[in-house]
Amino acid sequence: MPEIQLPASLRDVEPVRSVRTPAQLDYTFTAGDATSRFLRGITQKKIIGQQATPQSKVYVPPRGADPELGAATPIEVEVAQVGTVTSFCVVNLQFYGSGMEIPYTSALILLDGADLSIMHLIQEIPADQVRIGMRVEAVWRDDADIEPTLESIKWFRPTGEPDDVNVRIPGEKRGTGLGSWVGGVAPTELVVRNPRTGVGGTEADGGEG
Amino acid sequence: MRDIAIISFDQTPARRSVPELNEVEMLMPAIHGALAKVDMTIDDIGFTCSGSTDYLAGTAFSFVSTLDGVGPWPPIQESHVEMDGAWALYEAWVKLQLGEIDTALVYAYAKSSPGDLPMVLTRQLDPITVAPLWADSVSLAALQARALLDAGKATEADLAEVAARSRRSALDNPNAQLAWDRPADDLLADGYHIAPLRKSDCPPITDGAACVILAAGDVARSKVSRPAWIRGIDHRVEPIHLGLRDLTVSESTRIAGEKAGVAGGEVDVAELHAPFSHQELILREALGLGDGTAINPSGGALAANPMMTAGLIRIGEVASRIWSGEANRGVAHATSGPCLQQNLVCVLEGEN
Amino acid sequence: MGHERVAVVGIGQTKHEATRGDVSVAGLLREAAQRALADAEMTWTDVDAVVIGKAPDFFEGVMMPELFLADALGCTGKPMFRVHTAGSVGGSTAIVASQLISAGIHERVLTVAFEKQSESEAMWALSLPIPFTPPLHAGAGGYFAPHIRSYIRRAKAPDHIGMLVALKDRQNGLKNPYAHLHEHDISFDSIKESMMLWDPIRYAETCPSSDGACALVLGSEKVADEAKAQGRTPAWVQGTAMRSEPTLSAERDTVLPLGGALCAADVYRQAGITNPRKDVDAVEMYVPFSWFEPMWLENLGFAEPGEGWKMTEAGATAMDGDLPVNMSGGVLCTNPIGASGMLRFAEAAMQVRGTAGEHQIDGVRKAVGHAYGGGSQFFAMWVVGTEKP
Repeated sequence: MPEIQLPASLRDVEPVRSVRTPAQLDYTFTAGDATSRFLRGITQKKIIGQQATPQSKVYVPPRGADPELGAATPIEVEVAQVGTVTSFCVVNLQFYGSGMEIPYTSALILLDGADLSIMHLIQEIPADQVRIGMRVEAVWRDDADIEPTLESIKWFRPTGEPDDVNVRIPGEKRGTGLGSWVGGVAPTELVVRNPRTGVGGTEADGGEG
Repeated sequence: MRDIAIISFDQTPARRSVPELNEVEMLMPAIHGALAKVDMTIDDIGFTCSGSTDYLAGTAFSFVSTLDGVGPWPPIQESHVEMDGAWALYEAWVKLQLGEIDTALVYAYAKSSPGDLPMVLTRQLDPITVAPLWADSVSLAALQARALLDAGKATEADLAEVAARSRRSALDNPNAQLAWDRPADDLLADGYHIAPLRKSDCPPITDGAACVILAAGDVARSKVSRPAWIRGIDHRVEPIHLGLRDLTVSESTRIAGEKAGVAGGEVDVAELHAPFSHQELILREALGLGDGTAINPSGGALAANPMMTAGLIRIGEVASRIWSGEANRGVAHATSGPCLQQNLVCVLEGEN
Repeated sequence: MGHERVAVVGIGQTKHEATRGDVSVAGLLREAAQRALADAEMTWTDVDAVVIGKAPDFFEGVMMPELFLADALGCTGKPMFRVHTAGSVGGSTAIVASQLISAGIHERVLTVAFEKQSESEAMWALSLPIPFTPPLHAGAGGYFAPHIRSYIRRAKAPDHIGMLVALKDRQNGLKNPYAHLHEHDISFDSIKESMMLWDPIRYAETCPSSDGACALVLGSEKVADEAKAQGRTPAWVQGTAMRSEPTLSAERDTVLPLGGALCAADVYRQAGITNPRKDVDAVEMYVPFSWFEPMWLENLGFAEPGEGWKMTEAGATAMDGDLPVNMSGGVLCTNPIGASGMLRFAEAAMQVRGTAGEHQIDGVRKAVGHAYGGGSQFFAMWVVGTEKP
């Protein structure tokens, strides 16, 4: 590439290394149908999951589609406000909220009656005592502060019940995991039940086994 | 090249705003509709590809949650382009050429309503020299229209004719957003929006989604009696900087049209992705389309312009006219970027 | 695979750094692309088409940035394509580029992937609060850490495995002049003492955030044969595969995702690999948090369930092990998100071509490149080798 010859007037000027170009765009979000219905339940301190068919999975919070079936989720099912910790991490940095005491626990919680864990905070127990299988319950904000947001549940706390050591952990139904190679053999699509055709999976899935 | 055809197409009704649905909820009826028309499910599809962009609704990874709408379980072969769905269709066509799969599903969607679209589109421009000026998409199109008028290649009346004809055609399109019957003379009496463009020369802002299904050879023939075969498809790009281009022509469309073989036969119908009226004139010239070609019988992007989707819809609209026997050979075109920067041309043909 | 053979005939990457303030976005891409073209002994005009990949546009604050980059990448009048499949995008971009040749459409395709995260306010892109969706309480690490905990529990893995991976990859990175992190003082103890960010993930077990780009020139059989005749070894693409599954679904396994295993099985079938541990000579896999090495070893068929960590512990994945993993230092040393997948694919090709310099493994005949993205849900892989497929 030929050398660029600057005009004399620019030769001794310090080159521009960067420019700062602030940009602001405003967006007006809408929640959509499934989320609106879910959040209306939250304002009544109810956790209402959704499913596509009476036989299909109950999703909390619903996001508009049953992602395995590829279908809308018109059926509403109230789920329990207690559930089981399926996994968690202990956070030692202030990623979220200014009032959080460090360390805090962010957990996957499978509510009784739901088929997918929600991610939420665990409090009212030292972080190093949180464990997989622990039973927890929702702690709501004061009634006056309930808003259509999942944050109206402040956090979950231990119920004191015995741990549920048999909690269903997604993927572990096949023992070693869905995407594991056993005896050097790759898994196939048939290790899971196809929710549309019923093919695959185990008998426990209601599949053809 | 392997024979690949468009066998199904569905779209959501174009609306200015679909506030009651999130993106996947808006998209699903188009996917389900396209599958149902050919009695298929996602389990019959070999490859899925989508087109969308994060900036429109202001959410990163928007395509990740809309994938839920196809039900990718068990896991599927899938890809996504940050481009109009017409390019997702191109990727699917390439994938089908490899011969391992026989079917592909392509979808695209956009909710432009959450933001201020002309302002959002300024974020496409050179971030150092142009984007800080916030040159909006309508003003840039007006610059192009001015260049065309000043070159003596068109008159404001020509633009008004395109605008009037498009909205009149849209009266027959149940999915159109803007459909009306006003003579061109009447439009010329309106004041300028951004001179020399009048409101009627500009597209509506649209929320919407569309889905197209492709199939190879005998699979296509088993699903529809008259598949719309892709005889050629090509796309080309030009620099974004308007000063580097002759805005009165579309060189990238010309090359793409040549590579796709537009001139290889009579063109019964053309669906051109021309969001602004003057752009249709530029595209007709670039593709060498004469009076024998019906242009934008759907009303085109002037009647409904869901971003990232309007190009894919053009392909679906041409295919629909081939299935019905209304046309034997047609051209579909998609565009992206300011002032027709990037263009795709697809030639579709029925079997006689 | 299609009917035409494809090979990597040129590879280029930038020096990766936290902030490449010395170049514009276009300059960053050109740095990688020009190196790849020079490696292939080509110029811009030799290229038939350009395929670009990157992760979310919010990172640079430019919508569909390939549009403004078109002329900087010599695309005028040519086809230019933009792929975005989240973190796997660098891999899927290379695959889309290769398909343009295997389908018989083009002879020479330039593919470039990049991220310039310093260009907009750091991490702004991913921390945009999206109304109505539950908050992530601790960023990306907070999303993946519970899955890692599940792996540790399921595989009964001891605590130090993650630290061993971090030590190995950071030491490998010292051999790679392009790597972002060159931590000469790294030690097992320094990793152990680094802050526990998202228990069980320590700071030193976490990838950095980098500016960088990677480029490949892919050629048809004719182009690759010509390169070979001139003494430049091509890396033949022996298989490519992609799989996707939902982010949040009731049945899916976030530890050993089914999609990852199906992707691996597909690409091995194409490449004639029947025993991955034995048939593959080197692997570059996408490990943004150290624990993903043993997880992917199991997911990609290199280890039986629960045995992946034992391979790591035994040193099998070290440079002198029987299955070297992440010779380049991997994502743990260099993470320009959109380019990270392509860097994995590029390293696999460099190993096959024998051009990996100090991090070269002797006698690599088959190498695997792997990328994943989203919530462990998008997978892209290729196998490259010294032999024509």
